[in-house]
Amino acid sequence: MNKKTLAFPYVFWAAAFIVIPLCMVFYYGMTDKTGAFTLSNIITIATAEHSKALLLSLELSFVSTVICFILAYPLAMMLTNMHVSTHSFIVLIFILPMWMNFLLRTLAWQTLLEKTGVINNVLAFLHLPALDIINTPGAIILGMVYNFLPFMVLPIYNALCKIDGNVINAARDLGANGIQTFLRITLPLSLPGIISGITMVFIPALTTFVISTLLGGSKILLIGNVIEQEFTQTGNWHLGSGLSIVLMIFIIVNMVVEAVFDREGEGNKL
Amino acid sequence: MKKTLRNFYIALIFLFLYAPIVTLIVLSFNASRSRAKWGGFTLKWYQSMFRNDAILQALSNTLLIAFLSALAATVIGTVACLSMQAMKRRHRAVIMGITNIPMLNADIVTGISLMLLFITLGLRFGFMTILLSHITFNIPYVILSVMPRMRQLNPSLYEAALDLGASHMQAFFKVVFPDILPGVLSGFLMAFTMSLDDFIITHFTKGPGVDTLSTKIYTEVKKGIKPEMYALSTLIFVTVLILLFLVNRPSAVKKETQTS
Repeated sequence: MNKKTLAFPYVFWAAAFIVIPLCMVFYYGMTDKTGAFTLSNIITIATAEHSKALLLSLELSFVSTVICFILAYPLAMMLTNMHVSTHSFIVLIFILPMWMNFLLRTLAWQTLLEKTGVINNVLAFLHLPALDIINTPGAIILGMVYNFLPFMVLPIYNALCKIDGNVINAARDLGANGIQTFLRITLPLSLPGIISGITMVFIPALTTFVISTLLGGSKILLIGNVIEQEFTQTGNWHLGSGLSIVLMIFIIVNMVVEAVFDREGEGNKL
Repeated sequence: MKKTLRNFYIALIFLFLYAPIVTLIVLSFNASRSRAKWGGFTLKWYQSMFRNDAILQALSNTLLIAFLSALAATVIGTVACLSMQAMKRRHRAVIMGITNIPMLNADIVTGISLMLLFITLGLRFGFMTILLSHITFNIPYVILSVMPRMRQLNPSLYEAALDLGASHMQAFFKVVFPDILPGVLSGFLMAFTMSLDDFIITHFTKGPGVDTLSTKIYTEVKKGIKPEMYALSTLIFVTVLILLFLVNRPSAVKKETQTS
C-alpha cells in the first residue's frame, strides 16, 4: 500500500467540499442572473445601506477584539503561573460551556440584561445605576466578547506555556525589571498566540449574524445579517455571494498576517 | 495580596463565562413559562421534554450527526496525516493551507459556499447535506490535533516493524496508532463538540423538516423558547460534566487535551 495513495480521500474531499464551493461563491458573486460577468454585486457594498452594515460590523468586532485581548492576556498569564498539572483542566473549563448550546447561552444574556433582569436587580440592590444595554450595540459587543473570549485566552495561554522559564530568569538575572522582562521577552514570545487569538475573535465577530439577531433586537443589521437575508429570505444568491467576497477580502488579509507570523504552519489554534 | 487579586480576577471571568449557563439551569426549573419571571420550582419541563417528539427528534439528529461526522472526519483526517508524512514539503504545505481554510474562513462563508455546491449538484437538502458539511468543517480539527503527534513519531519504528515482518496494516495498528491515539481521540472529541455546537453552517445546509437542536432553537427564538429546551440543555450539560469528572478522576489528569 503506497502511502501516497492514502492521500486521495482527503485531497478529493478538500477539493470537492472546500475549494470548489469557494470557487462557486466567487462565480456567483461575479455573475448576474443570466450568468453574465458583472461586478455590480460586489459594488453594492458601497450603497449606504450595505456600507453602514459593514462599518458597524467592523466597529463592533474591532471593539470586541480589543476587549477580549485586554481581558484575556492577564488571565492567560495568571493561568500560566498556576500549577502545570492543571493544564488540561484549564482548557476544559473554557471548552465546557460549548456543551451548552451556543444560541441558548447567548439568549440567556437577554434574561440577565433585561430592564428587570438579574443584573439590574443586583445593581439596584447595591444602589448602583441600572444597566440599559439590551437591544443596543453594547449588548452585541458583550455577546461577542462572551462567545469568543475562550478563542483569545487559549492561544495566548498556549504560547505563554511554551516560553522557557529559564529565558525569563536569564532576563531577570541580567538586570531587567518586571516590566522590561514583560515587554522584551514575554510579549514578543507570545506574539504568535496573540495573532491567532485576534484572528479567531475578529473573523467570527465580523461575520456573525446570530449574536446581533439575539441581542441586538431586530433593528441592528450587521453585514452578516445582510448576507444571511440574501440567502434565506430574498433568495438573491448573486448579491449575497458578492457581499461575501467583500467579507473574504478581510479574511484573506487576516490569513496573510497570520501566515507571516506563524511560518511553522502548525498554528496555535484551539 | 497579589494572590487574592489574581484569584478575584479569575473568579470574575468565570462568573462571566458561566453566568448564562447557571441562568439556563435555573430557568429549566422555573414553573413560569416566561423567561423573565420566577414562578416557583418545578420538574414538569423535564417530564414533558420526554414526551415532546420534535425535541427528541432534533436531539437524535444532533447526536447522530455529531457522532457520524466526528467519526468520518477522524478516519479521513488520520489517513490524511499519515499520507502527508510521505509527501514533499511543498505538497504538504499546499494541503495544510487548504486544511486551514475552513478554520480561518468565516462560518457564514463556509455555509453559503456549501449551500451553493449542494444546489448546483441538485442534492436534496436534509440530513445528508448537514452531515457532509459537518464532516468538512470537522476534518481540520482532527488533522491539527493528529499532525503534531505524527511528527513526534520516529519513522524508523514503522520501518523496523516492516523489517521484522509486519504488514503495513499491522505496522500501523501495532506501532504507529498507539502513539498517535491521544491525538486521534482529542481530535474526535473536538470534532464532536464542534459539530454539536454548530449553528451557522447547519442553518445554510439544512432542509425543511430536518432540524438539529441549534436550528430548532433558532426558529423558536421569535415565538419564545420552550422551557423543555432549557431542561434538555441542562441534562446534556450535567451529563457531560459528570462524564468528564469520572474520566479525569481516577489517575492524575493525563489526557492531553488538544490545544495545538
